Amino acid sequence: MIEQDLKDFQKITQKSLPTFEGLAQGHRACQGCGEVLALRQVMKALGPDTIAVSATGCMEIITSSFPQSAWNIPWLHVAFENVAAVASGVEAGLKAQVRKGKLPEKKICIVATAGDGGTADIGLQALSGALERGHNFVYVCLDNEAYMNTGIQRSSATPYGASTTTSPSGKHSIGQNTWKKDMPAIAIAHRIPYVATANPAYHVDLMNKVQKAKLINGPAYLHIYSSCPTGWRHDIDKAVEISRMAVESRVFPLYEVLDGRYVLSRNVKKPIPVADYFKPQRRFRHLRPDDIAHIQSRVDADWEALQQKVAATNPAPPEPEAGSNKKEE
Amino acid sequence: MSTSSAIIGWKNLSLGCAILEPGSSRKLKTGDWRSQYPVLDKEKCIKCAICYIDCPDLAYSQNEEGYFIADMTYCKGCGICANECPKDAITMKMEEE
Repeated sequence: MIEQDLKDFQKITQKSLPTFEGLAQGHRACQGCGEVLALRQVMKALGPDTIAVSATGCMEIITSSFPQSAWNIPWLHVAFENVAAVASGVEAGLKAQVRKGKLPEKKICIVATAGDGGTADIGLQALSGALERGHNFVYVCLDNEAYMNTGIQRSSATPYGASTTTSPSGKHSIGQNTWKKDMPAIAIAHRIPYVATANPAYHVDLMNKVQKAKLINGPAYLHIYSSCPTGWRHDIDKAVEISRMAVESRVFPLYEVLDGRYVLSRNVKKPIPVADYFKPQRRFRHLRPDDIAHIQSRVDADWEALQQKVAATNPAPPEPEAGSNKKEE
Repeated sequence: MSTSSAIIGWKNLSLGCAILEPGSSRKLKTGDWRSQYPVLDKEKCIKCAICYIDCPDLAYSQNEEGYFIADMTYCKGCGICANECPKDAITMKMEEE
C-alpha cells in the first residue's frame, strides 16, 4: 500500500531544493534558532497546498504576533493539548466539504506541528487518538527537549542529565533525572504507516521524509530534532553543527519506519563520543566523567536495540551468506 | 514598527481576529537585532545553497549570477551560514556603531 502511495515520490536533492516558502521573513525567533529552521524546511517540502495547525509553543508565538503573521499558508493556532484533535477535525471537515461538492477535489496536506511538550506531555492523548483513528495528516514534533517558550522548564523529552530551570543541576541533583521519552516508539506502537526521525542538519533527508509523509495515506509522525541556543545554552552559530553532532554521536539516530519496517537513514559506523556532543552545550556542563560514561552506555544500548529492530524487520538477504558458507567449506 | 501598527480599533478587526494578509511579518525588520553581519567572498563561493537552506531567518536568496546573498533587512546575524559554509566563503564581521 505504501509503495502505491509513494509512486509519485520525487526525491529532493541539494540541486533541486524547493523554492516555496511556507514561512515569511520577520518572524520573532531567537538568533540561530534551530526549531524555526526545521519548521521552515518542513514547510518548504510540503508546498503551498497545505493547512498548518500549531499547538502552543515557540513556533506559534514567534510566527503570529498580532496583527502580523509569518505564515504564507492557511494556519490555525489551537490550545496546547489538542493540536492532533484539531488537525483531525480539519481533515474530516475538508472531506465532508469535498463530498458535498462545496470544494473541488484536490490533494491538500494537513500538518499539525507541536513542540516536545505539546507532543510528549500535554498533547499525547489527542495525538494517540488521532493516530488511532487513522486520519490522513502529518504530525510534526519539533523536539527541543524542554519547554523553551516559557523559560526552559523540563519536559518528558528532556534528556537525562540536562540542567533546566525546573531540574537544575547542583550538589544533590544531576539535572533531569529521568531518561528521554521515546516518542517515535509510541507512534510506532500505533501501527501507523509512516514514522520517521529527522534532523535539520541533514536537510535533504528531512525534506524527503516530509514528502513521503505527505504522500502516504493515513497518519504520519515525524520527530524532528531542533536545537535551541537559548535553552541549551550554546553559541548562536552552532545550531546546525550540534544537530549534526547529535546524529554522529548516535544520541539522535535517524531512521524511518514504513509499515513496521525499520530503515536506518544514516548508519553511523564511527560515532563520536557523547562527551563531544555535550561539550558545546552549557546545559550539560556540570556532568562528571562517570555521568557521561553512564549516558554513553545508555546511548550505545539504544543504538544496539535499534540495530536489532532493523535486522528483525528487514528480511536478511540470503544469497551472500549461502555463498560465503560454501567458500568456507 | 510594533506599537503604532499593533493598535487596531475593534471596528477594523476581521472576523475572529483572523489575520488575512499572508506573511505580513515582513514588516518587522529583524535586521535591527544583528550585532554581526555575513560577508560573502565570491571567489570562494561554489553556489552550493547550504547557506540558503540553513538560514533560520530566510534571509538568503539567489541573485541573477547564482550567488546566494543575505538580505540585511532580515538577517539576525546568527552566523550559522558562516559556520556551515563548506568553503569558508562567508565570514562574520562586527557591525559598526
